[in-house]
Amino acid sequence: MQFWIIQGLNSLSLGGLLFLLSSGFSLIFGLMRLANLTHGAFFMLGTYFGAVALRGYSGLNIWVTALGAGIAVAALGGLFERLVLTRLKTNPLGQVLVTLGMSFIISDACLVLWGGDSIPVPTPQNLQAPTRLFGFVFPTYRLVLVGVAVIAAIALYVLMDRTRLGAMIRAGVDDRQMARAVGIPVSRLFTIVFCLGAGIAGAAGVLGGPILSAYPGLDADMLPLALIVVILGGIGSLFGAFIGSFIIGFIYTFGTTLFPELAYVILFLPMIVVIAFRPQGLFGRAGA
Amino acid sequence: MKWIGSALIAAALLLPPFVAGDFYINLASQILIAAIFALSLNLLVGFGGMTSLGHASYLGVAAYLSALLTSRYGFGHGTAALISILGTIVMAALFGLIALRATGLGFLMITLALSQVLWGLAYRMSDVTNGDNGITGLTRPSPFGISLDSAASFYWFALAVTAFAFAMMAIFVSSSFGSSLKGVRDQPRRMAALGFNPWMIRWITFIYAGFWGGIAGLLYVYYNKYIHPTSLSTTSSAEALLGVIAGGSGTLGGPAVGAALVLLLKNYASAYVERWNMLLGLVFLFIVLVMPTGIVPGVQKLTARFKGRSS
Repeated sequence: MQFWIIQGLNSLSLGGLLFLLSSGFSLIFGLMRLANLTHGAFFMLGTYFGAVALRGYSGLNIWVTALGAGIAVAALGGLFERLVLTRLKTNPLGQVLVTLGMSFIISDACLVLWGGDSIPVPTPQNLQAPTRLFGFVFPTYRLVLVGVAVIAAIALYVLMDRTRLGAMIRAGVDDRQMARAVGIPVSRLFTIVFCLGAGIAGAAGVLGGPILSAYPGLDADMLPLALIVVILGGIGSLFGAFIGSFIIGFIYTFGTTLFPELAYVILFLPMIVVIAFRPQGLFGRAGA
Repeated sequence: MKWIGSALIAAALLLPPFVAGDFYINLASQILIAAIFALSLNLLVGFGGMTSLGHASYLGVAAYLSALLTSRYGFGHGTAALISILGTIVMAALFGLIALRATGLGFLMITLALSQVLWGLAYRMSDVTNGDNGITGLTRPSPFGISLDSAASFYWFALAVTAFAFAMMAIFVSSSFGSSLKGVRDQPRRMAALGFNPWMIRWITFIYAGFWGGIAGLLYVYYNKYIHPTSLSTTSSAEALLGVIAGGSGTLGGPAVGAALVLLLKNYASAYVERWNMLLGLVFLFIVLVMPTGIVPGVQKLTARFKGRSS
């Protein structure tokens, strides 16, 4: 029983982390129809940022660091979108290829700057003590991470469904041409959404740091997870990304503990099953 | 005009073993392997309009199967090659069933995700694949009793396979099936209305491309006598895709030229700088932004303009 509860909580915390990772990807894909393959690299940049900042200044708060990393990565993403991606508006394949090229550049730059050894990111001191829950001992930080993911999901929901900006973004998702025609600056929305998506990835990188630690290849490990979550949940659907994250969180955690050899294959089974019966994903709209 | 060009290419391909040292002969062999690989990917990208970011799966799986069968299970090279290729074809058929549920970017993401599974498996199932250490101590086959251990003999072997592969893929593309493939790429709905089955056409092409990817994988493992998970990585898929796009996707010979350029760049660059991935990324940006249609169509356009002026 203890095993199931502890692994269940582990699954929840991994799911939370996955949502933080994939929500930005889903957001960008939804509006821009762009599979941003730099997403894993943005996440990794955040993790290194967190590792360097939190190890260098021991008094630093992890939430402030995440915010800082988010802003820094969002700025980088904005530059990339303005300087490169806008030039390729008519060439969606070209856009994907430059995001892939960019991910190679970033991951190699990280290797140059921080070397090949993995750098652990310290867990915040006030969250280091384990929490007792229903008589089971559990790392507090992981529990907090689930809460953060839920808060992020609510914040994104409010942003997308309850604000003017969100309404404009949704209009851009539904019909780009019409949105332009009624005076919505779709091109500027693209930049805003790309910054937002990149920023969330950067902040998620810091928050995931204490669990994953910063190492070369982190981007290549995280990108497929984001892809699976988004394909499973439905491309461009935030709710789908939320549900997909927790499904994958459970499957991956139980897969690695019960069948460690096959964990990597098990990870892809839900995606394959969903694609076979619902190609648009669990919560995706057909034809989107 | 055309036959002069073909004769020049043939001469350039036949020359290396006579004039060059081992280093350059080996380099030429690597180019041939990369060319087969890029040509097979081009069937999907250029002629089928299916941009795959997971083509390294077929190269890697064929190479791993052959390596495991010969080194661990004592199979002969002939049987091992047969089983590896069959295995690759089955895998391509399965991957095709999954990936072809989607088109466009969805297809790209699924192929990328699937190839990442294999990469992860190669790293983590270390009792089978030997993980990060790779599988070493492999041998080259000796078809008809001819040893392929010298640089020149391997080059002849690779050249023969490449010529055959090129001819087969050229026939494939120019056949009526190839025409229907291009039709499905450009106008899938009209093709469906005409009674073709776009899905089936894509699936067959997907498997055929996987088959030649597997052949490239066999040559790859014979050449290197070593296999490592990086051959299954996104970088490996991306290098091939860069070759296809740089050379000109949808042209017959372009991807071979592109693959040669990428390989030469990789070899020469790695002699001076360690940062191949960064350079690869920069070249990606450059090609997509500056030469989106590729080098071979670019040159063709130039010569067409030149001809137009002289006549």
